Amino acid sequence: MDIIVCIKQVPDTTEVKINPETNTLIREGVPSIINPFDENAIEEALRLREKHGGKVTVITMGPPQAKEALKQAIAMGADDVALVSDKAFAGSDTWATSYTLAQTIKKIGRFDIIFCGKQAIDGDTAQVGPGIAEWLNIPQITFAVKVELQGDKIKVERLLEEANEVVEVPLPCMLTVVKQINEPRVSSLKGMMKAKKTEIKTFSAADVDADPLKTGHNGSPTRVVKIFTPPPKGGGEMLCGSTEEMVSSLISRLKERKTI
Amino acid sequence: MGIKILQDKCAGCTLCVKACPFGAIKMETKKAVIDLTACTLCGACVSTCKFNAIELIKEEAKSGTADLSSYKNIWVFIEHHLGEINPVSYELLTEAKKLSEDLKCEVAAVLLGDEKIENGIDELFSYGADKVYLSTHAEFKEYRTAPYTRTITEMIKKFKPEIFLIGATTTGRDLAARLAIRVNAGLTADCTGLSIDPKKKILNQTRPAFGGNIMATIISPNHRPQMATVRPKVFKRIKCQGAGAKVDIIKFDPVINKEDLVVKILGLIKDESIKVNLQEAEIIVSGGRGISDPKNFKMVEELAAVLSGAVGASRATVDAGWISAHHQVGQTGKTVAPKLYIACGISGKIQHLVGMQGSDTIVAINKDPDAPIFKIATYGILGDCLEVIPALTRKIKELRG
Ligand SMILES: Cc1cc2nc3c(=O)[nH]c(=O)nc-3n(C[C@H](O)[C@H](O)[C@H](O)COP(=O)(O)OP(=O)(O)OC[C@H]3O[C@@H](n4cnc5c(N)ncnc54)[C@H](O)[C@@H]3O)c2cc1C
Ligand SMILES: Nc1ncnc2c1ncn2[C@@H]1O[C@H](COP(=O)(O)O)[C@@H](O)[C@H]1O
Repeated sequence: MDIIVCIKQVPDTTEVKINPETNTLIREGVPSIINPFDENAIEEALRLREKHGGKVTVITMGPPQAKEALKQAIAMGADDVALVSDKAFAGSDTWATSYTLAQTIKKIGRFDIIFCGKQAIDGDTAQVGPGIAEWLNIPQITFAVKVELQGDKIKVERLLEEANEVVEVPLPCMLTVVKQINEPRVSSLKGMMKAKKTEIKTFSAADVDADPLKTGHNGSPTRVVKIFTPPPKGGGEMLCGSTEEMVSSLISRLKERKTI
Repeated sequence: MGIKILQDKCAGCTLCVKACPFGAIKMETKKAVIDLTACTLCGACVSTCKFNAIELIKEEAKSGTADLSSYKNIWVFIEHHLGEINPVSYELLTEAKKLSEDLKCEVAAVLLGDEKIENGIDELFSYGADKVYLSTHAEFKEYRTAPYTRTITEMIKKFKPEIFLIGATTTGRDLAARLAIRVNAGLTADCTGLSIDPKKKILNQTRPAFGGNIMATIISPNHRPQMATVRPKVFKRIKCQGAGAKVDIIKFDPVINKEDLVVKILGLIKDESIKVNLQEAEIIVSGGRGISDPKNFKMVEELAAVLSGAVGASRATVDAGWISAHHQVGQTGKTVAPKLYIACGISGKIQHLVGMQGSDTIVAINKDPDAPIFKIATYGILGDCLEVIPALTRKIKELRG
């Protein structure tokens, strides 16, 4: 069983603050983390390996400092990692990112399952996983909350809005996972030692035979034209008095507004 | 792009003639011949040929070379579950109608389903569709990525829409992401605002990023269609005046390819804890970690019940296993915009707010005066929700007799 996990290093968006004067993101001091859903993806890959044998390879596309995320993946138990990094990748949107990752996966060669996170918390697009599947021409199953290998097929439960859908998909395939699928393990001491010693392989655009017309800004159909902070919502009215009084004034206001 | 029959391999079995959805293959002197004017290069014949006698040469996608002026009209993907149309599709038809006035173009609905789906068509016209592209097949009864992607790709190639809007639901996001790569289009996820640039006549797509901390406006200047998934409940659905007269239905032959059918749907596990659909509810009562104990969700449920509302939850409570994930509101849960949203013991972190701040009236019950939820609440109650919720339930019960 050869499993590839795609992870992204992201700023911890719960720590991001807005500079009220310039209306821009303050990213200084904001820690970089593995995208939370991608930790679930690594965990699920490790569990499958533990049960069925095989190899887990974790890859990321990003700047050189994304190596840290890969070291963490090794510490968790990944067998192999690879960084795809090149100036040519700057400005990639999901179209170019999924192309570049698919090229990398082709270079790596063998795989039975590709795991991605449901979405990355910085961009929140949930587009890269299905994009990779399309470039590789394999089936995709998104929002997996339960995964069970049955011979050369996988039975997957998908977390939908109102229910869970159970599907069956043949290998090879691409799965994106939601948070509820598992609880990611903490790194072991042995893993951390290994991570320290591991030399991280880096691929350039040329190494993965990436077409310059399809990578980075060049290869990205979308353009960001404006960034702004959402206008602050004006606060409303604080009700006062005892619990009973507050409840009464709330109900009369809601009735006035014809809300209830 | 091209396709050809390898004459030496063709055994004249005629399987491909039957498989071709476009009637583009004929037999001539016991060999298959493809009429390239009718062929859309869909590949259906390739996978049926037992002798590997058909070769499809796929041209690599080039960026930015499409002839943009040949793309016209706004399309909306109609999402349905076993024939029941998801309201987000109506919301998008209404919004598409608005945008179409700026572009002076038509709005078309894209509907795939089994034969029974035709029952839903009238509604599509009444919400603003000028046209419906309809493709029916038993394999379209339930949504699956591959067969839907293939047929819609063929529709796009043939009819060339300028804009394609899809609901940002689990289904919509699954489909749009795959389709955008296949048709070589830009795709903006999870939009909360759309407008037409008055000068360039292109679609400005606005969406939250970084967990809702910032908004970004995105365009796809050189690719068509301009694709966007749009969150449910950001646009209101409005029925059109005098609609229903037009019935312009364009039937499109499904393109069914065997390799697209490998994913099998085995079943659906219903969530019995859902009494009222969260995204459709007029009133939502949501519980956060401030309700202190999983069993206190009973209180939240009771208040929701007397208001005929739905039960929502913060991610903290879902993570703690107090309630199922189908109830989660926020960045990684559902976007809701009911008439009334009552947040009980929810701090109001940005990731929660992005999922509910479109609500008409927001009531926050929290014992921390500095809780960010009060910044967006219409009415704030500073207090212990374990006292306030039952008192509120009691009062409303009295009121309703
Ligand atoms: C990538 C990412 C995605 C996320 N997505 C979501 C999402 O989709 N939805 C979501 O909700 N969150 C999401 N979060 C989490 C979010 O940041 C918050 O952690 C979460 O919303 C907090 O939930 P809470 O308000 O219930 O808990 P807390 O933040 O712990 O707040 C509890 C509140 O209850 C109040 N309280 C305590 N006791 C009482 C009482 N007796 N009476 C009244 N008030 C009381 C406290 O004052 C406090 O304000 C996400 C986070 C990340 C990093
Ligand atoms: N630069 C990247 N490198 C590796 N994997 C990525 C990258 N960007 C996105 N992914 C994967 O795609 C998933 C969805 O990301 P997104 O489409 O950006 O929301 C993530 O959870 C990752 O698994």
